[in-house]
Amino acid sequence: MSRGRTLREQEGRAGLALISPTLVITLVVVVLPLLWAIMLAFQDVRLINIRQAGLFGNYTLENFTYVISEPGFWSALVNTLVYTVAGTALSIVIGLVAALALRDRFRLRTLVRASILIPYVAPVVAVAFLWETMLNPQYGIVNSWLDEPIAFLTQARGTFLGLEVPVALLTVIAFEAWRYFPFAFLFLLARLQALPAELDEAAVVDGATPTQRFRYVIMPQLWRIIALLSVLRFVFTFTKFDDVYLLTGGGAGTEVVSVRVYNFLTARDDIGASAAQAIVLAVVLVVFLVLYLRFFGGGEREQG
Amino acid sequence: MSRDRFERALLKVLRPLVILFLFVITAFPFYYMVMLSFRDIQELILDPGSLWPATFTLDTYANVLDRQGFLIFMRNSAIVAVASVAVTLLISIPGAYAVARLRFFGRRQVHFLFLAVYLFPAIVLAIPLFVLFTMLGLRGSLVGLILVYIAQTVPVTVYMLRNYFETVPQSVEEAAAIDGCTRLSTIWRVVLPLSKPALMATGLYAFMIAWNEFLFALLFLVERRESWTVSLGLSQLAGSIEIPTTVLMAGSVVLTLPIVIVFFASERLLTEGLTAGAEKG
Repeated sequence: MSRGRTLREQEGRAGLALISPTLVITLVVVVLPLLWAIMLAFQDVRLINIRQAGLFGNYTLENFTYVISEPGFWSALVNTLVYTVAGTALSIVIGLVAALALRDRFRLRTLVRASILIPYVAPVVAVAFLWETMLNPQYGIVNSWLDEPIAFLTQARGTFLGLEVPVALLTVIAFEAWRYFPFAFLFLLARLQALPAELDEAAVVDGATPTQRFRYVIMPQLWRIIALLSVLRFVFTFTKFDDVYLLTGGGAGTEVVSVRVYNFLTARDDIGASAAQAIVLAVVLVVFLVLYLRFFGGGEREQG
Repeated sequence: MSRDRFERALLKVLRPLVILFLFVITAFPFYYMVMLSFRDIQELILDPGSLWPATFTLDTYANVLDRQGFLIFMRNSAIVAVASVAVTLLISIPGAYAVARLRFFGRRQVHFLFLAVYLFPAIVLAIPLFVLFTMLGLRGSLVGLILVYIAQTVPVTVYMLRNYFETVPQSVEEAAAIDGCTRLSTIWRVVLPLSKPALMATGLYAFMIAWNEFLFALLFLVERRESWTVSLGLSQLAGSIEIPTTVLMAGSVVLTLPIVIVFFASERLLTEGLTAGAEKG
């Protein structure tokens, strides 16, 4: 370091030098590929002709018109939306119930808490295989409890109490709720345990019943974290690939957009169409996020 | 009976039931997994409802580890996970220190970067990386996979470590500087020893991501069986009819056990790190 520099300049240089490995790897493995994915979406490319498709190749909107004109895409988008909204809502509701139930100490709390966290921590491949085995119509344990076996993961429609229900889609949603409620549980329990006890005590003195305390004392203090959890879970679930792919492979009316992206990329070898669908998926996600922040983000700030 | 008394009485009954329900839905599947892994497939098919094996067998484990090649998959997973952890720490420690302590151009935008990468859909990234690795002939090599894992974890680990580094008193560092430490030796001799819990948590986070990951392993390695990770191996063999389910259950236990052990050995560190980060964001 030369002597002419001020300490402040030296600090700035050292900071950039220390952060640069982080920046370089994110740039090379995340940012540049993202830009390339956008370019690929506007080109007619397959793995065979990829080398001819240059930086200034023939840009076209064909992929998008092709992808959007396929009916499979729209049903996949609807599935994605149903799966995401239901999975997010259920995992947060169950997580909230779990956090409230485990808020106060009891014997074996540590054990129950540990048990609740396992579905979230365990590798997705292992738990998906476990569910597949448990729900297997021939030798699955769940079906041995039922009078009539149900093909939970391979049956698109079935009747339940006289209603027609999408069996496989509901099973996948149940899996999502089961696997990710511990995530909501962790955040909500941490928040609950950080709440000042005085408010709750004051409400007890004022004669508030448990449900009233929950409604007027606890919930107002949890809205912020629930809003944050909703965004996080929505974003993660909306583009999730592993869970649906491993459980059903996208069959039986559970095809979500990310599984379509994968199938176009590998089985159909249509990189352009695959990228186009991924971009549409990402854009839809961003639109939802912007809408969400418009309607809820503003209100959040007013409440302070 | 007043409303208050009624509600309290109801909750007193309801709460243990809810706790029991949660315990059963989370613990039972894993009990079932372990139980099946010690059973013979014939026994399962004859009596699918039984909750305790008539005879215990370890053949399932011998079969899955040796014949199905899970030992090799475990070696691959271990290589990928350990390399990811090492490089992630190597990159994120200086990065986190810079964000925590040094004023440099663009410091505030780093948060945005963290958030963007954390929320970024892997499936979008999968396409260009798949194409790129195919072109470079890197498909089937573990190195490419490790690179992707590092890129996915580094922004998060920088953020986790930064939160911790900020709690290290600045005066300790100043004292070290007066004693003649350069910036790097201050990090090495003062900041890192004080941040051991955070380093553990960060390393374990990177380990879990690398051990559990499925999509990129599937895209990059599927054609070369000898490079499969445990996750990929189980998912690929799960479809085959020749391998008995109980043998694959043994494979699931082999896949799950390391991560569960690692998690509970460090649970407090990890959950505190995760939720502390979230509170601020």
